[in-house]
Formats: sequence, C-alpha cells, structure tokens
Amino acid sequence: MNVTIVDYKSGNISSVINSFKEVAENKVKIEVTSDVSKIKSTDKVVLPGQGSFKSCVDALQSINGLVDCLNDFAMNKKKPLLGICVGLQMFADVGYEESETKGLGWIPGKVTKIDNQNGKYKLPHIGWNQINIVKDSKIFKDIKDKSHMYFVHSYEFVPSDKNSISATTEYSSKHVCSVEKENIFGTQFHPEKSDKTGLKIINNFINL
Amino acid sequence: MLKKRIIPCLDVKNGRVVKGINFVDLKDAGDPVEQAKIYSDGGADEICFLDITASNENRDTIYEVVEKTSKKCFVPLTVGGGVRSVDDINKLLNCGADKVSINTAAVENSKVVVDSSKKFGSQCIVVAIDAKKNGEKWEVFTHGGRNNSGIDALEYAKKMEDSGAGELLVTSMDRDGTQVGYDIELMSEISSKVNIPLIASGGVGNLDHLVEGIKSGKASAVLAASIFHYGKYSVKEAKQYLESKGIPVRT
Repeated sequence: MNVTIVDYKSGNISSVINSFKEVAENKVKIEVTSDVSKIKSTDKVVLPGQGSFKSCVDALQSINGLVDCLNDFAMNKKKPLLGICVGLQMFADVGYEESETKGLGWIPGKVTKIDNQNGKYKLPHIGWNQINIVKDSKIFKDIKDKSHMYFVHSYEFVPSDKNSISATTEYSSKHVCSVEKENIFGTQFHPEKSDKTGLKIINNFINL
Repeated sequence: MLKKRIIPCLDVKNGRVVKGINFVDLKDAGDPVEQAKIYSDGGADEICFLDITASNENRDTIYEVVEKTSKKCFVPLTVGGGVRSVDDINKLLNCGADKVSINTAAVENSKVVVDSSKKFGSQCIVVAIDAKKNGEKWEVFTHGGRNNSGIDALEYAKKMEDSGAGELLVTSMDRDGTQVGYDIELMSEISSKVNIPLIASGGVGNLDHLVEGIKSGKASAVLAASIFHYGKYSVKEAKQYLESKGIPVRT
C-alpha cells in the first residue's frame, strides 16, 4: 500500500513525513510528492498545510492539475484522505484568512478567525488541549476521549453540517478539531506532534 | 482547556549537548537525540535547543542534530541561537524544527520576522527577547546578552507581535542562572501588553518559580534548564506540582 503526502511547497512538512515514516516502519510505502500522476494512483493521501488559508489554496492551485486530481481522489474515487491543520481547513467552501478565498468545498462550511473575546484569550491557540470525541471516527480507534493533542492555529473550521464533526476542543469557545465525512478525515491539531497518541491516530489512518 | 506547557531547554555546541541532563545512566551524555527523547518520553510538552556554537565553520552541525532529533521526537521542537536570516529559518524547518527562535537578527532587522512569518506562518516564528532592567524599564540585549540595544523591551515585544511573531520567549538577563525565580514583573508586563503567548525563561530554581511564572507572570509556557538537567526535579514531578496548585497541565 502507498500513502502519499502531498508536497505542494506550502510550509514545513518534515515533521509530517517523519511521523508517517516512523509509524509505517517500511511496511507501508510513504511517498512525498506533488506529481499528479503519482497521486492519482496512490491508495491514501495526506494533505498537510501550514501558513494562511489563502497561501495554501494558492499553492495547491499553482500546481497544474493538482486540485482536479485531489477532487477526483476524494469525491469520485472516494479513497481515504487526511487533512492536517490548514489541510483540514481547505475542505471548507470558503476561508477568510488574508482575504476571502474559495476552498475545496468538500465539507460545507467556512474558516473564520477564532474569537479571542477582546484579548481575553491569546492567539494563536498554541499548545496541548484535550479533545472531546463526539463521533466514533475510524481514526480515533483506541484513542481515549479527552486525550491531549498539540494545536497551533488562529483560525477554525465551522462546518455547516454538524454531522461531519468527530471531535471538538475547548478554548475561547467550543472549536471543531476533527472531522470525518465518509472517506475524508481531518484534524485541526497536529497528530505528527502529539506524542504517542498522535502517532496512534496516524497509525489508524494508515491501517484504514 | 488549554494546558500550560513545560519546556526543557538544552544547550548544544558543535552538535553536542553541553548543558543537559546530567544524572541518568546516559549512554552518551552529549547526544542531543537521546536527551530530547528522555525529555519527551518524560512528558515534556516541547523541547528547545539553543545552539551556542561559536565558530562559523561548525554552524552547520545544528542542522544534523535537528534532523536526527526530529526523526525520533514527536513533540514540538524549537531551535534557536545564531539564526540570522530567512534562509537559516528555512534550513532549520526543512531539517525538522517546528519553530525557530530569532533573537539578535530580529532586533537588528525586524524584516526577518515579517518576511519569515509571511513565508512560513507565524506558528513557527518565536522571537526571543533577552531583557535587563535599567532604572524603571527593561532594555533588550543582543548577542547572547553582551550588547545593550537600548530598546525598550515592552515596546519591542509589541512591535514583534505586529511583525508576525507567533510567540515570545522572554528571558530576564538579571535572573538567568541565579535560580531565584523568574522576573515576574517583566513577564506580566509583557504578557499583558501582547495577545500572543509568552514563554517565561531565566531564573528557575524550584517548582514554585514555575507556578509563579504562570500565575503571576501570566506565561503560557515555562522554560527551564538546570532544574531538570541536574535531576533536582523531573518534568513529571514539575507537572504534578503545578497540577496540585490548580494549574492545568498535560498528564
């Protein structure tokens, strides 16, 4: 089986690569590429994302055929895809970081800035927070409710269909931190930086 | 609820740990990977490497250290010391650092912070501020505390937030190495002035200092070196103590 991490030149993905390679232990091939032909034929896709919503969407679009290829992979072929951080945020219809930017539109909703309640809460939301698992998601197999995950973000995904939410976390309010819709998975937190529990989630995705 | 973070800091010189864990049966006490792993396995919320390599020809050793560590250590890794340019930041991130801390270069040219936070995202840009009290105010020092820039630390902190820093790592030069506790006034003044998280550093000698740094200093995270390195306390003990004082920690 091949798991492909999409390298679309947006931010630092070495931690994602390292964590997947650690978990895969040579039993699963971890490929890192932006080559559309390779992504087309792979079994699973990981879509990381760092920086702003706009910069990530722009970077995806700058690679010829990549957005169409991902659409086909996730929406038509319905193969498993995991979005991490801004990778998850891009599932939305629209994001408002920097300027209004159209997302991939896979899960209806928008990405807006976290309300810091007039400075009462610091942003970015950085550090370890507990997740409330609200749906029996396949990537949460053997993950305890209230597990700690590592977060770094100032924007949040607000899905319009609450059924896609698989976990939330409490900060300035209740924030969506994980989604699952059929074959599409996403985490706002960074499983690659969330110690053994995070690696377990990666393992669950690899073994789907 | 967001937990308060405990961050052990290791000094690395020419690719070897020179100020680090000094108490367990280490196979190789100078190995940064082994030390980072001990801390992350022990519950450290993040690991910080401070590169104190003096000579230019050995500067590249830190890249190898970061690369090796990030393959074995799955909590966030911050690397600082001698970071001069966007290119330096890029190299460290590519090697597997999750955040890079910028000190002197940010004082000399805030454009480094502006450009790097735009390019890589604020989440990975930490501005390290070395501050020393002078009369009624604190001044920012550069070059490992050797040069006084004369810049007001509070104003500078605000400027760094506006430039795109994701976090501030504030070290009191007056307290660093004294083990008498953080400069609480400095921490709380800066933390109240900015809306980004503050990591308190410099002066920790016991666990109550960590508590003060968070409760009175309003720090989101506390960085410490010697209290952990010499076995006075483990990260686990520190967390248990914080928890007993009503501070939320990851356990």
